Amino acid sequence: MAVLLVAELNGSSLATDLTAKTICAARQLGSVTALCASEGCEEAAEEAGRLDGVDKVLVASDGRYGHQLAEPTAELIVALSSEFEHIVGPASTSAQNILPRVAALLDVMMISDITAVIDDNTFERPIYAGNAIQTVQSIDHHKVITVRTASYDAVGEGTPAPVVAIEPVADPGSSSWVEDRVAASDRPELTSARAVVSGGRGVGSHDDFELIEKLADKLGAAVGASRAAVDSGFAPNDWQVGQTGKVVAPDLYVAIGISGAIQHLAGMKDSKIIVAINKDGEAPIFQVADYGLVADLFTAVPELIDKLD
Amino acid sequence: MKVLVPVKRVIDYNVKVRVRTDGSGVDLANVKMSMNPFDEIAVEEALRLRESGIASEIIAVSVGVRKAQLVLRTALAMGADRAIHIVTGDDPHVDVEPLAVAKILHRIVQQEQPGLVLMGKQAIDNDLNATGQMLAGLMACGQATFASELRVDDGQATATREVDGGLQVVQLTLPCVVTVDLRMNEPRYPSLPNIRKARRKPFAVHGPEDLGVDISPRLNILHTVEPPARKAGEILSTVDDLVAKLRDEAEVI
Ligand SMILES: Cc1cc2nc3c(=O)[nH]c(=O)nc-3n(C[C@H](O)[C@H](O)[C@H](O)COP(=O)(O)OP(=O)(O)OC[C@H]3O[C@@H](n4cnc5c(N)ncnc54)[C@H](O)[C@@H]3O)c2cc1C
Repeated sequence: MAVLLVAELNGSSLATDLTAKTICAARQLGSVTALCASEGCEEAAEEAGRLDGVDKVLVASDGRYGHQLAEPTAELIVALSSEFEHIVGPASTSAQNILPRVAALLDVMMISDITAVIDDNTFERPIYAGNAIQTVQSIDHHKVITVRTASYDAVGEGTPAPVVAIEPVADPGSSSWVEDRVAASDRPELTSARAVVSGGRGVGSHDDFELIEKLADKLGAAVGASRAAVDSGFAPNDWQVGQTGKVVAPDLYVAIGISGAIQHLAGMKDSKIIVAINKDGEAPIFQVADYGLVADLFTAVPELIDKLD
Repeated sequence: MKVLVPVKRVIDYNVKVRVRTDGSGVDLANVKMSMNPFDEIAVEEALRLRESGIASEIIAVSVGVRKAQLVLRTALAMGADRAIHIVTGDDPHVDVEPLAVAKILHRIVQQEQPGLVLMGKQAIDNDLNATGQMLAGLMACGQATFASELRVDDGQATATREVDGGLQVVQLTLPCVVTVDLRMNEPRYPSLPNIRKARRKPFAVHGPEDLGVDISPRLNILHTVEPPARKAGEILSTVDDLVAKLRDEAEVI
């Protein structure tokens, strides 16, 4: 069976890690054709073609796809859909914006955020903030799926696949892009980092959040935050980890001044090693932590930074 | 301009979910149920649009069991003008799929002709994050998902979306669908007089068949299990112990 894989693009460049992890799930379903839809994304298409498990790349390089708006991108995917039984993307904000729209246009149910492929029609996915895992079997002619990338390893490089340019389709014109507010950072990305250091409300202020960032830099880690820390303005929204933020599963997750609400745990409890630093020994975060330190973060974290030298 | 606000009755976000041992699902008998937190934010945003003179009428709609009328009463008590309840039975364990909900909402949109549909970005029970996008697809209109800020004027909606890389601002032609994220606003509590007033507000009840929508599921739920539990770790007494453990035992630094 044929799979259309919606490659993740940041502007014109390939989000390699997210795409490579999604391929790991997609190739279990059949032969993978990757779709790169953006503006000036020919190079991204070549790169996608080099990922192991990709048999062909379709590239739709056109202004109307430059910001991955759902309306034109969904039309494009629907136009391509007759040749594919599965349409798969990462559970990123971009694909999760586009693919349910595609599913509705194809009159099929959306299968979001899968963590395992059982067979062509059957998948596992977490529900209730990860407190239960459901196995669902689709009876639809098309399966439109997003993949929880934290559950998969990235595929490596393989033989380059052929890249074929395709024509754009009509843009319904119901939306337009105004601006992106994206802060550039030299740190690893949250969803692909080997280690993540996250701060919560306990950190207390935007200025003190620097302490979290310092520890992260020491460990070569990405920086995360709880919702409370983001809501309080200590950290930007794209650092949020949890049910409504990003889902991560690094080798090391350090939670500092985070109580461990189920909605936060939903985004990090599959991490390999969890460290919690919290002054309240009763905090629920300790129930999932491999190593806990009951301490004031303002003394423990500077000491930790020192001792990592 | 009318604003349509779909609201869902879900398990309260504070409740610890219990998975039935026979694999048949999550236990929802005698469990506190509430309005989906994202939907409360959508109701609040609609109220603010009415208070600023942009919205003229707010219609809350729920697709769900008979008891879902309680979340509609909450929406009315918060300030919505009227409610439409599409009753789908009595068993709270039967979750109507987003595709079917979107089809029902589409019919209501055709009848009511709202300028804007404001809804939560996901339901905290099935976590599907799909209904708004699906409705926008059926309506063939613009969509702004995961919005944390919304401005409506001159037949346009401008929304700031929370995306993986940061924020994205998009502009949509009305009518359109906006799904809201948690940071959009802080929902109000219904006041006592408003709770009383809500009892007299118009409340329509229909079945899915009245709208000609087939709600039979497309996904068979084979079983539901608890995720693997993490084994309890250890509490260390010093930073030195922590560094030693990370270095020698876990080998992650
Ligand atoms: C629908 C919904 C979705 C949600 N989605 C998310 C989500 O995606 N991600 C998320 O994180 N949350 C989410 N939440 C919010 C969640 O319920 C919690 O409110 C939030 O995670 C709490 O953040 P926190 O742990 O930083 O704050 P708190 O719960 O206030 O915890 C702060 C902790 O810091 C500790 N502390 C304070 N001072 C110090 C100190 N000096 N030294 C050491 N420790 C200290 C305290 O002991 C406490 O344990 C969601 C909620 C809802 C309703």
